[in-house]
Amino acid sequence: MNAVLEIQGLRKTYRSRKGVRRALDGFDMVVEAGQVHGFLGPNGSGKTTTLRTLLGLIRPNGGRMALLGREVPQALPEVAGLVGAIVESPQFFGNFSARDTLSLLADAGGVERARVHEVLELVGLRDRAGDRVKTYSLGMKQRLAVASALLKNPQLLILDEPANGLDPGGIREMRTLMRNLAESGMTVVLSSHILGEIQLICDSVTIISAGRRVAAGSVADVLAQHAASAVRVRVESVADLTGSAGALREIGAQVVVEPDHLMVSGLAHPSAITRTLAARGIYVSELAPVAVDLESVFLELTGTAPVEGEHRQVDESAAAPAPTVNGGWGQ
Amino acid sequence: MSLYTAETRRLTKRRFTRFFVLGTLLVLAAIVAGMFFTNHKASPERLAAAQAEADSQYQFAVQQASKETADCQAAQGTPAAQNYPPCDQIYQPAREDFRAEWYMDPMFDFREQFGFLVTALAALLAVMAFVIGATYVGAEWSSGGMMNLLLWRPRRLQVLGTKLAALLVSLGVFTVVVSAAWTGLFVLTAQLRGTLAGMTSGAWQSILLMELRGMVLVLAAGAVGFGLASLGRHTAMALGAAIGAIIVFQFGLGTVLSLAKVPFAEAYLVPVWALAWMDKSAVATDWNSCDYSSTSGCEPATITITWPMAGGVLAAVVLLIVGAAMWTMRSRDVT
Repeated sequence: MNAVLEIQGLRKTYRSRKGVRRALDGFDMVVEAGQVHGFLGPNGSGKTTTLRTLLGLIRPNGGRMALLGREVPQALPEVAGLVGAIVESPQFFGNFSARDTLSLLADAGGVERARVHEVLELVGLRDRAGDRVKTYSLGMKQRLAVASALLKNPQLLILDEPANGLDPGGIREMRTLMRNLAESGMTVVLSSHILGEIQLICDSVTIISAGRRVAAGSVADVLAQHAASAVRVRVESVADLTGSAGALREIGAQVVVEPDHLMVSGLAHPSAITRTLAARGIYVSELAPVAVDLESVFLELTGTAPVEGEHRQVDESAAAPAPTVNGGWGQ
Repeated sequence: MSLYTAETRRLTKRRFTRFFVLGTLLVLAAIVAGMFFTNHKASPERLAAAQAEADSQYQFAVQQASKETADCQAAQGTPAAQNYPPCDQIYQPAREDFRAEWYMDPMFDFREQFGFLVTALAALLAVMAFVIGATYVGAEWSSGGMMNLLLWRPRRLQVLGTKLAALLVSLGVFTVVVSAAWTGLFVLTAQLRGTLAGMTSGAWQSILLMELRGMVLVLAAGAVGFGLASLGRHTAMALGAAIGAIIVFQFGLGTVLSLAKVPFAEAYLVPVWALAWMDKSAVATDWNSCDYSSTSGCEPATITITWPMAGGVLAAVVLLIVGAAMWTMRSRDVT
């Protein structure tokens, strides 16, 4: 497959009186054509900076970027017509209607006015198209933002938090829309914090933390690579939990003792658990692999899992090791 | 061209633009109506009425003077005499002190008065242009519209330049139309309520050139408002700068220069330069100086600011502000 979005070693530094902050610190990302790609990261990790830089709104301090096979920002004027994007919260002039807003964009971009009606229909704003945007709810503004990105009928659609403010029905509609767009050949890059949604609709993901890529690949691969392969073990008598934990540690397992069960990891074959415990006269009543989801992988990779009694600050997230010279592009 | 058309549509669709233009037109209409209704043509009937009023006032003055003289003479030899001057020095009205033309309604003299009205028009339209220019691009920045547009048109200078062009062309067309209507309405006022006497082809040419200079002032004000709001990426930046400039550089600077007795203090203030631009020249006076001559005594020194000097300063200000706006548009991140 061809890569429609490629980023290698992207760097962006902000300097202020408080010092230097590296918003992007050698970030890499690749999105293949026809995919729905999830772009994940905690608040302040550099997601929006990446998207703004890619779209020419921010000047990077280093690195390479390409959209649809063309180096940007140099070729941005040529590819901009093929890339639809919304960045951060939807922002529109409140006194214009949705129809006016879109028709002005269509005029500016040389798009047929008929397309305005099509996208309004597509995002479910047809009946409210004549109302002023300032009367819209956040969800309706979000729909308008998606409509504005779809107006060009782009090959690559970049959406930053498109489900923000949508009701459950709207989220499901958005999910269906994304899938339909991908099936029609459009590549969709989706930045979101609703990880369940990302896991449901994305083919691949990139996870960013502290300005660096910490994971990338298909959703299944990322889950598999970072699954702890833990097993939940219950025994017939809770009184045997401590003895069981000791026996399993003797064969090299990592064991966490919970009030009514054990979490066991680090064993290649779960059968070793039943064999070891049976040999001690302890019988297993439940042996269940613990399924890993994207949320837990995300929290593990970014180091943002809540810790009881601690208040994590925005910039406190895990950073990947510094990138190698050859990392990223096309890998 | 599509971007230009879209930007012109965006500008004219804005409610603020429409309301502000409407407000300006209402003020202009009020001036036209005021001038029309307070001026009257000199007809025989009006002349006769004015003559009657002058005669009446003369008779009243004569009566008052006679009474005053009589009272004065009666008071002689009493303590009340000190309240009067010598009785033969009491003013006795003369017929020529009560001319009929002084009791006539004013008559609109196009040649004499229209120049001031062109300056007034340019000043009002310049204020309108500044505010519309500032809000047009300021609202785009603060509403996020500019960022949306840059996602469609990543050439930043082209986007800002097209917006500025759409603003200036729209303001230019509006100024031409309003100036034509302004001239036409006052020609009508002069025909119905005054006179067009003395309007030679040279006088018309002078009016036309003055209106052209007025249009340049309007466009410059629009460009400066646009540039300041673009620099600050908010309407408030331009309006704040304008208010700051008025307070600091007009009232504040004017007071300080006056207290410091700086020669030609007026020459540091904007209105003199604006008047020099519109009226072709303006004179600043150093009231503390004395150029002595045996014929006219002590005369204060003056300097004359000509319209090319004022035009040069205007061009420099516009270039500086618009240039800075373009430079920041090109180099600053859009966040």
